[in-house]
Amino acid sequence: MSLVYAGILSHAPGITGRAHLVDNEAVRDAFYASLEKQRLEIEATGAEALIVIAAEHFANFFMDNMPAYCLGIGDKHKGPIEDSEWLKIAKTEIPGAPDLATRLVNSVMQTVDVAYSEEWQCDHGIMVPLNFLTPSYDLPVIPVNINCQGPPLTPLSRVWQFGEALRKACDEEAEKIAIVGTGGISHWPATPDSGKINEAWDRSFLDQLMQQDKDKLLSYIDEEVYAQAGQGGFEIRTLIAAAAAAKGKGDLQFYTAELPIFAVGCTVARFDISV
Amino acid sequence: MSLYQVQKFLYNLNRDEQMQQVFADNKNKALANYDLTDEEHAALELGDIGLLYVLGVNGQILMHYAAYLQIEWFDYLQAMRDGVDKHGPVRAGIYAMTGGGKLFAQTPPSDKGESFQ
Repeated sequence: MSLVYAGILSHAPGITGRAHLVDNEAVRDAFYASLEKQRLEIEATGAEALIVIAAEHFANFFMDNMPAYCLGIGDKHKGPIEDSEWLKIAKTEIPGAPDLATRLVNSVMQTVDVAYSEEWQCDHGIMVPLNFLTPSYDLPVIPVNINCQGPPLTPLSRVWQFGEALRKACDEEAEKIAIVGTGGISHWPATPDSGKINEAWDRSFLDQLMQQDKDKLLSYIDEEVYAQAGQGGFEIRTLIAAAAAAKGKGDLQFYTAELPIFAVGCTVARFDISV
Repeated sequence: MSLYQVQKFLYNLNRDEQMQQVFADNKNKALANYDLTDEEHAALELGDIGLLYVLGVNGQILMHYAAYLQIEWFDYLQAMRDGVDKHGPVRAGIYAMTGGGKLFAQTPPSDKGESFQ
């Protein structure tokens, strides 16, 4: 078994970019402490590569050619595309894992059609997690995007299959691999409603996710998600894919809806790796 | 199709530093390759966040554009509210305002003596 870690975390740009605007600094710092714990947990596994399953935010693809799933197979990735001062993350190059990533693509595409890219650009969706999980950018990263922005969106049943395919691909390799899924739960980012969070909806979803309740997780309907969790809720795809890859139950290590300046319910969790 | 062109321009601008330089030097030149209405052209030329929001530009694209323009966070949110007030509801896409203009985040930094940047 080469998958050594599976977890989830939030990625909203405010987490780094608006840290100084937080009123509740104790909650913010507790969130950051959970992210640091997650970094240490990944480090302790001896992971040799980190797969980041994120949401496409128009950093790599547009509606002229939008893949449902894509893996970054380049030897390096660039980011962030956003203004560095806005995100409070300096522009940099992140090491990739081209050989491993290409093997993963070959395996995944046996069951799920995936695109691949050697010219990956990272936006906040990947840079914010990396800022906390590999701040020195010394761990090879394989970025993965799921289209959560430009409908039509890939169905959740397919997302689950994608997560399972990633898991199978990892298990076929000798390298120790960590996977994190990063997306928002309920949120209305980049709208005047930024900061709105449906905490009850978040907690219900997270409970189902931690319990690996596949039937409930795959029963969400985009129209209902949009109404109750905003367009940001479409990003549950990244979290469901991580759960499907892990197969084991989860431990919700941190959640708060008390940082609305971050525009999302801030979340950290880890899954057991089960066969 | 026209909204598509607006978004494609912004998508390219957001991720291409060379195009950002062209846009900074000569906005009309940078916009010339896109099939835009006069309203769209003016919105992009002026950096009219409120109108672009109402036209239906995807929020992620618009947010990255606002960051490129170095618009402060609360000013950016207010610009979208002002756009709705001036031009009416969002006309397309999935980023409509649903909260009635309510402020969900904290006190704007201007009220706390802070700067965004």
